[in-house]
Amino acid sequence: MKLGRREFVKLTAAATAVTAFGGMGFDFGPTTAHAQLLKLRKGKETTSVCCYCAVGCGLIVSTDEKTGRSINIEGNPDHPINEGALCAKGASLFQLGENEKRVTAPQYRAPGSDKWEEKSWEWMIEEIAKRIKKVRDTTFAEKNSKGQVVNRVEGLASVGSAALDSEECWVYQAFLRSLGLTYIEHQARICHSSTVPALAESFGRGAMTNHIIDIKNSDCVIIMGGNHAETHPICFKWVTRAQEKGAKLIHVDPRYTRTSAKADLYAPLRSGTDIAFLGGMIKYILDKDLIFRDYVLNYTNASFIVGPDFGFNDGLFTGFDEATRKYDKKKWAFAMDENGVPKRDMTLKDPRCVYQLLKAHYARYDTKTVSSVTGTPEDKLLEVYKTFTETSAPEKSGTILYAMGWTQHTVGVQNIRTMAMIQLLLGNIGMAGGGVNAMRGEGNVQGSTDHALLYHIIPGYMATPNAALQTYEEYIKASTPVSNDPKSVNWWQHKPKYFASLLKAMYKDADLSTAYTWMPKLDVGQNASWLVLFDQMLKGQFKGFFAWGMNPAASGANSHKTREALSKLDWMVNVNIYENETGSFWKGPDMNPRDVKTEVFFLPCAVSYEKQGSITNTGRWMQWRYAGPKPMGKCKPDGDMIYELALKLQELYKKDKGAFPGPILGLNTSDWGDGHEFDPHKVARLINGYYLKDTVVKAADGTETLLKAGSQVNGFPNLKDDGSTCCGNWVYCGSYTDKGNLAERRDKTQTPEQAKVGLYPNWTWSWPLNRRVLYNRASVDLNGKPYQSEKPVLAWNETGKKWLIDIPDGGGAPGTKHPFIMRTHGMGQLYGPGLNEGPFPEHYEPMECPIAEHPFSKRLNNPAALIFAGEEKKRAVCDPRYPFVCTSIRVTEHWQTGVMTRWQPWLIEAQPQMFCEMSEDLAELKGIKNGEKVILENPRGELWAIAMVTKRLKPMNIMGTPTHLVAIPWHYGWVWPKEGGDSANLLTPSVGDANTGIPETKAFMVNVKKA
Amino acid sequence: MSGKSFFVDLAKCTACRGCQVACKQWNKLPAEQTRNHGSYQNPMDVSAITYKTVHMKEISDDQGFMAAWLFFPEQCRHCTEPPCKMTADAYDDQAILQDEVTGAITFTDRTKNLPDFDEIREACPYNIPRQNAETKVMTKCTMCLDRVQNGRVPACVQSCPTGTMNFGERDEMLALAENRLAEVQKKYPDAVLGDADSTRVIYLYQMPPQKYHDFAVASAATPGLMNRKAMFAKLFGSAPRNKA
Repeated sequence: MKLGRREFVKLTAAATAVTAFGGMGFDFGPTTAHAQLLKLRKGKETTSVCCYCAVGCGLIVSTDEKTGRSINIEGNPDHPINEGALCAKGASLFQLGENEKRVTAPQYRAPGSDKWEEKSWEWMIEEIAKRIKKVRDTTFAEKNSKGQVVNRVEGLASVGSAALDSEECWVYQAFLRSLGLTYIEHQARICHSSTVPALAESFGRGAMTNHIIDIKNSDCVIIMGGNHAETHPICFKWVTRAQEKGAKLIHVDPRYTRTSAKADLYAPLRSGTDIAFLGGMIKYILDKDLIFRDYVLNYTNASFIVGPDFGFNDGLFTGFDEATRKYDKKKWAFAMDENGVPKRDMTLKDPRCVYQLLKAHYARYDTKTVSSVTGTPEDKLLEVYKTFTETSAPEKSGTILYAMGWTQHTVGVQNIRTMAMIQLLLGNIGMAGGGVNAMRGEGNVQGSTDHALLYHIIPGYMATPNAALQTYEEYIKASTPVSNDPKSVNWWQHKPKYFASLLKAMYKDADLSTAYTWMPKLDVGQNASWLVLFDQMLKGQFKGFFAWGMNPAASGANSHKTREALSKLDWMVNVNIYENETGSFWKGPDMNPRDVKTEVFFLPCAVSYEKQGSITNTGRWMQWRYAGPKPMGKCKPDGDMIYELALKLQELYKKDKGAFPGPILGLNTSDWGDGHEFDPHKVARLINGYYLKDTVVKAADGTETLLKAGSQVNGFPNLKDDGSTCCGNWVYCGSYTDKGNLAERRDKTQTPEQAKVGLYPNWTWSWPLNRRVLYNRASVDLNGKPYQSEKPVLAWNETGKKWLIDIPDGGGAPGTKHPFIMRTHGMGQLYGPGLNEGPFPEHYEPMECPIAEHPFSKRLNNPAALIFAGEEKKRAVCDPRYPFVCTSIRVTEHWQTGVMTRWQPWLIEAQPQMFCEMSEDLAELKGIKNGEKVILENPRGELWAIAMVTKRLKPMNIMGTPTHLVAIPWHYGWVWPKEGGDSANLLTPSVGDANTGIPETKAFMVNVKKA
Repeated sequence: MSGKSFFVDLAKCTACRGCQVACKQWNKLPAEQTRNHGSYQNPMDVSAITYKTVHMKEISDDQGFMAAWLFFPEQCRHCTEPPCKMTADAYDDQAILQDEVTGAITFTDRTKNLPDFDEIREACPYNIPRQNAETKVMTKCTMCLDRVQNGRVPACVQSCPTGTMNFGERDEMLALAENRLAEVQKKYPDAVLGDADSTRVIYLYQMPPQKYHDFAVASAATPGLMNRKAMFAKLFGSAPRNKA
C-alpha cells in the first residue's frame, strides 16, 4: 500500500503505532545521514554594483582564476542598501556575462547586405574615425542661418548611455562636444527628464531628494506614478521596514500590481490624470488648513506677492501666444520691492500672495470633479488625502516614490510639480523619511545626467551655450543669477567658477575665450531633444549616428518612425553587449536589407562587472565598481573605445586639417589614460578637478595651505573662475581628493544619530559634498532645532558652532540663510514661474485621450506640449476605432527594452512573452480568453500580445462613461526571443512634455481584438 | 528540536522572484522553455530543473475587486520526519539523507536506483519530488547545504529583499514565526503558520493556506497509518526486500 499524499505521519505518533503493532520494543535512533562537508569552489572575489534599476545593490562576483570567467554572482551581504538581497534581474547577472549569445568580436554590416562580417578593432576604429571626419568636414557649420557663430556639426547625432560608467560618460560627452555635436541625447530624456526641471524649479536641484535607506524613516509612503515593488524591488526592503514601524503604504495606480499587494491602501486612477488627483489633495490641504505653517511661511514662497500681469482663465495662463504655442513668462514675475527682493505678506491674506493664488487655482478641484476625471471613487480620494496629509504634523514625515507614471506625459513636469508643492505645504522636504523621491531607473542614469549626455546641458547642470551668447563673458553674464536678498545663498552665483573649470577640464591648454568658441552652440530656443532628433533623422539631417549603449528602435516612442529614420543614415555605430533591434534594424520586420544602405559598425562592449569605474545610484551615491572577469573575447570597455576614437580623430586631424580642427586637437585626452588604455581613476580625478597652478587655500579657521599644481581640489567652494582650476563636473568636486577616491569607501561607521536614520556617511560618496538628505536646512526651525526629535538629520551645536549629523545644505548659523540654497530667492517654490506651461500645474488630458472635453477648462490638452506638424492624423482623440486607454508598464523580471534581459534564460523563463493586461469586463466585451493571443492596434502600428485577463484592472467611470484600460510591458523586441513579441513603442505617440520633450508613453489609445 | 529552519513570511513577499532565480544561479540549473499562460507566474510548477517557483493567486472580494494577490514561493519543506525518506529507506537508506546537524533532507545520486519514483512523489504531502527524465536522479531543494556548511545562508534567503525568507536555528525561527503571526493577525485575523511542528520551512499565511496553493499544507492533524514497508525499514535498516 502506498503512503497516500495526505496521510502524513509524525514519527512520534508512529512510535506508538509500533507498540500498537505489537511492541517490538526497538529503539530506533535517528537515521544516519552524514552529508559530506561540502566545499565551495574558490574564486577571486570582487565587488560591483548592479547595472539595472539604480537602487545600487552591492554584488560579490566570484571569478575562476584559471578560466578568467565568473562562476558565481550574488548579493553582497555587507552592502547597506541591499544587505545581500537581489531581485530576479540582479540574481541573474551571471547569465548576463556568461552567455554564449554575446557578441564577442566587432561586426560590420555593409550597405545592402543581409549579414554581419567580423572585423578587427583596428579596422573598426580607423573606418569609423574616417567617416566621422568626412561627415564633420562636409556638414560643419561655422554659422547658423542668422549669421551667428555656432561651430557645430549638423550631420552627426548620438544617443547613449546611462549604461556607461560615469568616467566613460564624461569622456564621451567631451568627445562628442569636441566634434561639435549638439544632437546629444540618451535614456535620461525619455525616462526622468521631466523630473529635473520639476524638482529644480521647486527646490533647486533636479535629483531625488533623499535616498533609498531613508525610506525606512517615513511615517507614510505614497507610491504614485510608480510601481516600485516591481521596478525597484530592493527599495521595498526599506518600505517594508517603514511599515514594520507602523508606516502606512498608499499605492495609487491604474492597475493593482505587486506594489498594491503590499499596500495598506490602494486607489485606482486613469492614466494621465495625476494632476487632477493631486490638485484635489492641494485643495483638501488648504480647505482644512493642514499646512505646516511655520515651514510654509519661512521656507517657501507662499508669502511672495505675484506681479499684476499674472492671471489664469479657462485653462490658459496670461501671456500665451497661440501662433508660437509659447508663453511669455515675464508675465508671471514676482512683485519686487525697492531692493529688488520679492515682496512678501507673512499673514498669507493678500489676494496676490502665492498662497491665495494657489487656493484660488485649485478651487475647481473638488472631489466630485476630480473623481469624474480620474475614475477614483470619492471615498478613496478622501481616504488617500486624509492618510497622507497626516504627515504635516511636524514630528511626522511622508515620502513619495514615483517614476514613469508621472514623468512620461505631456504634462510630466507638472505632474511632479504638484507633488513637490504638496510636500512643501506639508513640510516634508529636508526631513528624514520625507522628500520627493524620483526613482531613476538605470544603473548610472544619474551619473549620465550629471555628466550631461543631453543636448540642453553641459556637465553640472549648466545650460548648453546658445548662439546669442557669442563670448565667454556673455555666457557668464546671462547664466549667473543675481539675488539682492542677503539671506539668500543663491548658490548658482558661483557658476563662473564651475564653467571656467569645466572648460579647462575639456581644453586644458586653451584660454577660456578660445575654449568657449570651441563649444558648439544651439540656436536660441532650439529643441534638439529625442523626439526632435528622430524627426530630423527621418528628414535626412544626419549622415552618421551613434547608438551607444542604447536601443532606440525599441525604446523611442513611435517605433515605426524611429526605425524608418534609421534607414536614412549613411552609417551607424552601435555599441552593445548583444544584438539588438537598433543595430540590426535593417533586417527587422518591414525592412528589406537590399534596400537599406546604412552601414552598421557593431562594437561589442564589456559588461559592467568586467571593468572598473563608478556609477551613481538614484540616491546620488557614487559607488566604485571593480573588474571580476576580463571582458569576454574581444569585447572592450566603452572607455577604451571612446579613448581610441578620440586619439584616432586627433591623429587624422593632425594629418589633414579639415574643418575647424581646434577643439579636436585641443581636447584634453592626456587625462583620459596613458596613451593606450583608458584609465577610469585618472578621469575620476579630472572630474573632481585639480589645481593647474600652485594655489594658496584658506581654511574656515584662517589657516593657509599651499597646494601645488596637480593637487586635487577638495570641494567646489575652492574652484576658481580664472582658469587656474580644472574640474570636469563641479557637482562631483570633493569625490576624489588627495585623500583618495571617496567612492571606494566601504566604512559603515556612523554616530548614533546617523545610524538612527541610516545615513551611512562613510559608505561611498554622495553628491553634493557627501550630503545625504538634500535641503536638510529645512528640517530644523529658525533656531536650528530639529522639527523631528526622533529622527533628526541635522542639529545645531551651539557650543561648537557647527551643524551635526548630515552635511548641512548651506552653511551659516540657524536662521541666517534661507534653506533652498540653489533657488535664486532661497525658498521652496509653491509658485514656479520658470516652467513652460505655467507656474501652477493644471489638468490637461493626454494628447490621445478617451474624452472630448474635461470639466476643469475648455483646453483639452497642454497648450505648449511638443508635437510634430502633420502627425495629427496619426493620433486618436475620442476615436471610436481606438476606444481603450493603453499604458506601457514594467515587470521585475525584465529591464527597459529587454536588450540585456531577454537574452538570459532564467529571466525569459520567468517572463517569456509580450502580454496585455485587461479587465474581465473588457475580455468579455471582446470575447477574449485568458492566455490567448490578441492584437493591439492604432494609427501608428500594431503588435501581438498574450491576453492576461485579470481582476487587477477594472473599467473606470470617466465622466459617466465606462472606460477601459489595457497595459503592456515594453520589454520585448523582435530580435530575441523569436516568440517573445515586439516593442510596445510600436503603438506610442511622438508627442512630448512642454519643458523637456519626454514622450507620452504612459497614456495613449488603442484597439484590442482577438488575433 | 535542533537544526536549522526557514521562516517564510508571506505577508512581506512581493514576488520579486529573486529567490527563484537565485536558486537557479547557485545551482546553475537550466531554464525551462515557458510561454505566458495568462499570468505572471512561471514556471508553473517545480521540476527536475526548478527547485523553487513563486505561485501567484488573485483573490477578490464579494464585489469582484482585488482583495489580495497572494504569493507563495514554493520549495521542499525539509520535513522533520520526511515521508519521502521513510518510503525510500525501504530500498536504500542512503538514497535520501537527513543531515544530522541541519536537518536538511537531500536526494542523493542513489535515488536513480529507487524502483518507483511515483511512490516517493506521492508520499510527499507537498508534491515536491521530481525526477530527471534521463538520469532518473530525483531532485528538489537542497537547503543549499553546501552554503550552509560554509557559514552562509541558502541562496534564496540571501536574495530576498523584504524579510520574507528567513533562515537560522530552529528555535529562533519558531520564535520569529510566532511573533510575526501575532503581528500579522492584527490585520489578517485568519493568519496561520503552516505545519510548523513537522517541517523546517514554516510559512506564515495571511489567509487560509489552500488559497495560495493546493499543496501548501499537509491536510489536517490526523496521523494516518504508516506504510508497513517504511515501518520495517525503520526497524531493520535497508536490507534488500521484495517489494511488498
